[in-house]
Amino acid sequence: MNILADTVHENAAQKIGTLFGADELVINMGPQHPSTHGVLRVKLKLDGERVVGSECVIGYLHRGVEKIAENRTYQQFAPYVDRMDYVSAVSNGLGYCEAVEKLLVVEAPPRARVIRTILTELQRIASHLLWLGTHALDIGALTPLFYCMREREEILKIFEKYCGARLTTHAFRIGGLQYEAYDTLEKDVERFCEDFEGRIQEYSDLLTGSSIWIGRTRNVGLLNSADCIALGASGPVLRASGVKWDLRKALPYAAYDQYKFEIPVGTRGDTYDRYMVRLEEMRQSRLICLQAIENIPAGPITARVGKVLKPPVGEVYHAIEGPKGILGYYIVSDGSTQPYRIRIRPPSFINLQALDKMIRGHLVTDVVAIIGTLDIVLGEVDR
Amino acid sequence: MADESKAPQSPESSQPDVAGSIPSPSAAGASPSSAAKTAAPAPLQIPLGNELSRRYRERFGAAILNAFEDRKQSVLILDAEHLLEIARYSRDEEKFDLLEDYTAVDWPRREKRFDLVAQLYSFTHNTHLRLKIPLGVDAQPATLVPIWPAANWLEREIFDLFGIAFRGHPNLKRILLPDEWQGHPLRKDYDILQQDTAWVRENLGIESGQ
Repeated sequence: MNILADTVHENAAQKIGTLFGADELVINMGPQHPSTHGVLRVKLKLDGERVVGSECVIGYLHRGVEKIAENRTYQQFAPYVDRMDYVSAVSNGLGYCEAVEKLLVVEAPPRARVIRTILTELQRIASHLLWLGTHALDIGALTPLFYCMREREEILKIFEKYCGARLTTHAFRIGGLQYEAYDTLEKDVERFCEDFEGRIQEYSDLLTGSSIWIGRTRNVGLLNSADCIALGASGPVLRASGVKWDLRKALPYAAYDQYKFEIPVGTRGDTYDRYMVRLEEMRQSRLICLQAIENIPAGPITARVGKVLKPPVGEVYHAIEGPKGILGYYIVSDGSTQPYRIRIRPPSFINLQALDKMIRGHLVTDVVAIIGTLDIVLGEVDR
Repeated sequence: MADESKAPQSPESSQPDVAGSIPSPSAAGASPSSAAKTAAPAPLQIPLGNELSRRYRERFGAAILNAFEDRKQSVLILDAEHLLEIARYSRDEEKFDLLEDYTAVDWPRREKRFDLVAQLYSFTHNTHLRLKIPLGVDAQPATLVPIWPAANWLEREIFDLFGIAFRGHPNLKRILLPDEWQGHPLRKDYDILQQDTAWVRENLGIESGQ
């Protein structure tokens, strides 16, 4: 009798144990979730509110950009790259145009390169501003979004004046530029930069010292430099983990070799460090813009590349430091007017791979902060 | 529009400034480096004879099928059988610690149909190296995930879009397309308008096509 009673009791205890302790819960975050920055779906395996595993489900925005490229001429494909990372279209265009120029063995003239540098750095600021606004919003700080959008608007106005478009700009052409800089470009950029120094201080005043901000970001989503490199993470994520490396310095392109700027680095590789790195990058981009407008060389804005582009047979890989990390283009030419293969190395896609490592052991609320800190754009993840 | 895929081909004779046949020098403001580059009509692909390729050849002998330079970028062509050991050597000895990109190219008319293409970067030496691995259509190359964890999603993408299965991959399934999708879109025999009509009908409830 006693033995039987004990067994029953033990069984009940086991049942309660599974009910309240050992069982894991799998929930979906996204694809329709405001803080996944697009249509990202993360399957979270939870123990209570703690994440013990995760899997990203992506592809909702897959448009087959690389396949489209094989069916377009080199010039026809240029606007498509704007639609990958649609908040930094200018950077995408720079990478693509330079890659095709390398394939053609031509170089853009100095004037074109300097103007490209200015616009690309403005784009970096715009991209970081959008990141800062939405990232802070995800964590619960509403105000920075309005501040950031206000300054981003000024940059988009400059783009609009330059090429007529604000978002998907298609600002550059293979071989150089299509449009000459408009008369007041330097003035507009200078005015923006003058204001912007104080504006960065405003964001910083709102967030940097705030105990809520620090509480939500310090030691959240740690990623050390060895893991960053192993997982291929690049851009601010890599720099925040302490690796002082930037493609603009390591393998300069456009006109970056002419300008002085610092590479900001973090020490811990947490969400707070990544915030500090991006904030400082905006300051450095501003300095690059100021140096560049001082002396825009005269001369032609485009190299002679002809109307029909037939790059010689061969292949080329060209990478630039996009706002989100290494943005690479690998192009294979078979000598015809259409690329045989274009491969785009998307920084968001590869950085997102680190998400699983970063969110393990954190709470669900931190997942929101960590997705934000990676600065992904789903248009680029899915291509 | 099926004929959209064929771009207009202008006769070369009427286009004297077709870039490609002759690399045209950038006009007036050309920098000295570009002038030097265009002055000599040097071939774009030359055999790679530097220290790096010599070390690889010494160590792996016949596993290095070819080594050349294309537009000043180093390329090594490898035998797929030795991929894993060459990858490990590249990371540990040659300090190519970053697998920057990993992709494939389809050459349907070639005997070995696919090329796997890995872009390596070394922080120590600030150089890139491209590894190309020719593969037969049914070949199953070894996964690079144990060497560079970054290869995980990249190999899944190659599997998804080219149908190359990696031996030993921890989680080999489609990544961009739906799991049940039939076909591999980046293969050259997959037309741009083609899609998995059955999947579209079943899951989206529309007749595919338009």
